Amino acid sequence: MRFVDEFREPELISKAAEEIRRLAGTERHYRMMEVCGGHTHAIYRFGLKDILPENIELIHGPGCPVCVLPMGRIDDGLSIAQDPNVIFAAFGDMMRVPGTQGSPLEHKARGMDVRIVYSPSDALKLARMNPEKHVMFFAIGFETTAPSTALTLMRAKAEGIRNFSVFCNHVTIIPAIRAILDSPDMRLDAFIGPGHVSTVIGCRPYEWIARNEGKPIVVSGFEPLDMLQSVVMLLHQLRKGEAKVENQYKRVVPWEGNRAALRAMAEVFELRPYFEWRGLGFISQSALRLRDTYAKWDAEQRFQVPGIRVTDPKAAQCGEVLKGVLKPHQCKLFGRECTPEHPIGALMVSSEGSCAAYFNYEHRKASMVNSLTSIA
Amino acid sequence: MSVPAAIPSEPARVRFRDPQIEMAHGAGGKASRRLVEGLFAPLLFGNSPGPLGDAAVVDIGGTKMALTTDSFVVKPLTFPGGSIGELAVNGTVNDLAVSGAKAEALVVTYVLEAGLPTSVLEAEVRAMAQAAKDAGVRIAGGDTKVVEHGKADQMYITTTGVGRLLRGVVIDPGSVRPGDKVLLSGPIGDHGITILLARGELDFEADLRSDTRSVFPLVEALVHAAGPGVRWMRDPTRGGAATSLNELARDCGLGVVLFEERIPVRDTVRGACELLGLDPLHIANEGQFLAVVAPEYADAAINALALAPGGSEAQVIGEIREQPAGSVLITTLYGGSRIIDMLVGDPLPRIC
Repeated sequence: MRFVDEFREPELISKAAEEIRRLAGTERHYRMMEVCGGHTHAIYRFGLKDILPENIELIHGPGCPVCVLPMGRIDDGLSIAQDPNVIFAAFGDMMRVPGTQGSPLEHKARGMDVRIVYSPSDALKLARMNPEKHVMFFAIGFETTAPSTALTLMRAKAEGIRNFSVFCNHVTIIPAIRAILDSPDMRLDAFIGPGHVSTVIGCRPYEWIARNEGKPIVVSGFEPLDMLQSVVMLLHQLRKGEAKVENQYKRVVPWEGNRAALRAMAEVFELRPYFEWRGLGFISQSALRLRDTYAKWDAEQRFQVPGIRVTDPKAAQCGEVLKGVLKPHQCKLFGRECTPEHPIGALMVSSEGSCAAYFNYEHRKASMVNSLTSIA
Repeated sequence: MSVPAAIPSEPARVRFRDPQIEMAHGAGGKASRRLVEGLFAPLLFGNSPGPLGDAAVVDIGGTKMALTTDSFVVKPLTFPGGSIGELAVNGTVNDLAVSGAKAEALVVTYVLEAGLPTSVLEAEVRAMAQAAKDAGVRIAGGDTKVVEHGKADQMYITTTGVGRLLRGVVIDPGSVRPGDKVLLSGPIGDHGITILLARGELDFEADLRSDTRSVFPLVEALVHAAGPGVRWMRDPTRGGAATSLNELARDCGLGVVLFEERIPVRDTVRGACELLGLDPLHIANEGQFLAVVAPEYADAAINALALAPGGSEAQVIGEIREQPAGSVLITTLYGGSRIIDMLVGDPLPRIC
C-alpha cells in the first residue's frame, strides 16, 4: 500500500533503530513524551518499545481527546438526548466511554437514539434526513477535528438547518502541554510533537517550549519509521544540548499550519475562560465554545444542561497516568476492575488511551519467553 | 455458535452479570463468550460444557453426527459477492465443515417483516437454492413466521444443519501442541469491509467483494492430505481471526504466535482498516478458515490447499508456543510484537 508501506520498511527500520542505539549510548536516561494518543497507539501497535533501547523511555501524554473529557460532560450530553426527539451523534470512540449512568452504547441499548458518525458532516446529513428530529453532535477532539466541526456549523448556518446542534468539547493542545510542564512531579527531556494537530496549527505554537523551557520538540508522523526518525532527531538535539522545534512530518505538516482551517475555527469558535480536563483539573483558555453568532446551533444554549460534575473514582489513578507520572499497569485498578470491556477511566476506552493500548498490546507480554524466531 | 450436546444434569450457577443485552453480546467477541459461558452453558449444558466449538457432535443410536444452527441478520440483505440467503446456507455448511463434517441436510426458518416485497423474498430463496446446490446439501424443511411491520428489519433467516463426520480427523483444541503450525485459507477481512461499504454510510468506495463461499472443498482437501495432523479448525466469522485464535489459545492453554508479514490481507481491506482504525484480524470473514496442523503435516496441508480451487492464497501464518499461555501474540516485520486480544465491543454490528 503506497504512502504506508514505505514507512514500515523493515530494513530502514532496523537501520533507524541502530542509529538510535548508537546515539543513545548507555550513559544517560532519556525521557521523551509523545503528546498525541495516535503516537501512543502506534508505539504499541508496531511494538516500537521492543525496538528502542532501555534508556529511552517514552511517556504517554495527554493527547487523547476522549481520555481527557470529564465524566460530567458525557452526562450532560446524554441528559440532552434523554428527549426522544433528540438523536445523539458522536464518533465511535465516544460510544463506550462511561458516564455515571452508563456509556452512550448502554443508553442506546435502553432505547436512546445514539448514532455513530465518521465525521461531523455525517451528523448534519442525519439532520437533513430526519427533519422531524433534532440531531446533536457530541463534538470532541483537539485542533485536528475542530475545523471539520466548524465547517459543518458554517454549512448548517448557510443552509438554515435548524434541527442540528453541536455539544462542543473541543480542546486545544498547547495549554495541556503547558500544564504538563508546570506539573512539579514531571521530569521530561523532550517532546514528540503531535502530527495531526500540527497539520492545522503548524509548528510555530511550540516555539516557546524550546525557547522558554529548553526542551526539544519534533513534530512527528505516525508510521514506525516516522517515530524512530523523530527519536533520532531528538537525540541529536539532546546530545548537542540544543532545544528547537523541528518538523519530521513535512510531507503533511506545513510550518505555518493550515490557514483555511484556522480561519474556519476562528469564525465559529472562541476560547472558553476555563475548562475541566480529566486528570489535569481546570485549565484556563484550554477549550473552545461556539461564538454567539452560532448560538442557534449551540446545544449548551438551546437545551437545559445540568452542568454535572463528577469526581473520578478514588482508586483510579487516571490523572497520574495521563500526566505520565505512572505507567498504565502501575494503577491499582489496571487489568482488574478496569479493562477495555469494563472501563472505569476513559484511558481504558479509546484505542488512543494509553491504558487501552497498554492492555491490548503489551499486557501479558511480560510473561513471554523471548524466542521469536521466524518459522521459515 | 453451537455448544457440545449434553443432557442437563444439576442446575449450575449463572455467572452472567450484565444487566441487559447489548449489541456487543451478539458480536462474537468477549461479551458473546461471557453470555454463552455464563448463562446458556450452565443452564442448558450443566457445569462443564468444555470448549465451545462451531458444531455439536451428537450420538444417535451409535451413529455420530455433527449438528449446528446459525441465524442471519445481515444488513443490507444483498452486498457485492453475496446476500443473506446465500450466507444462510454457506454459514451453516462452514460451521459443519470446520467441525470436520460434510453438511447433509439443512432446515430453515424465516422471520419476515410484514410489508417485505415478495420479489426480495423470492430472490433470497433462489439464492439459498443455488448455494445449497453448489454446496451439495439438501434443504429438507422449514418454517415461516411473520411479525408486524417495524418489529423486524425485512427478514432474518435461521438455518440448522446436520452433517456426516469425515473419517480420519478429530477436531479437539486439547490435542494442540507447541510447535504446531497455524494455517489460514486466504485473505481476511473481505466480508466485514464489504458489508461496511455496502451500507453506504461512509463516503468512500472500493472494488471489493464478500468472500462468502462454502469452505468444505478446502477442508476436505486438507483432511485428505493431512487428516491425522489436523488438530483444530474454525471459521473466523464475527470477531474475526483474532477472536477465533484467542478462543483457541484459551481452550488449549498455549500461546498462538502470528507472523504479521505472513497474514494475507488485500490492499483494499488494509486501506479501509487504516482509514477507519480497525484491525483486519478483528474483521469478519465468511469464506475462510483457520486450522492448526502438526508440523510434519504442514507442507502437505499447504500444498493440498494451494491445489484446491480457491485455496491458492493459503498460508502458514503462525505457530503454537508454550508462551504467552492463553494469549495471541503477533510479531511485526522488524522485531516488535504486540498482544492481540479478542474483539471488544462491536465496531460493525449485523455483519452476518
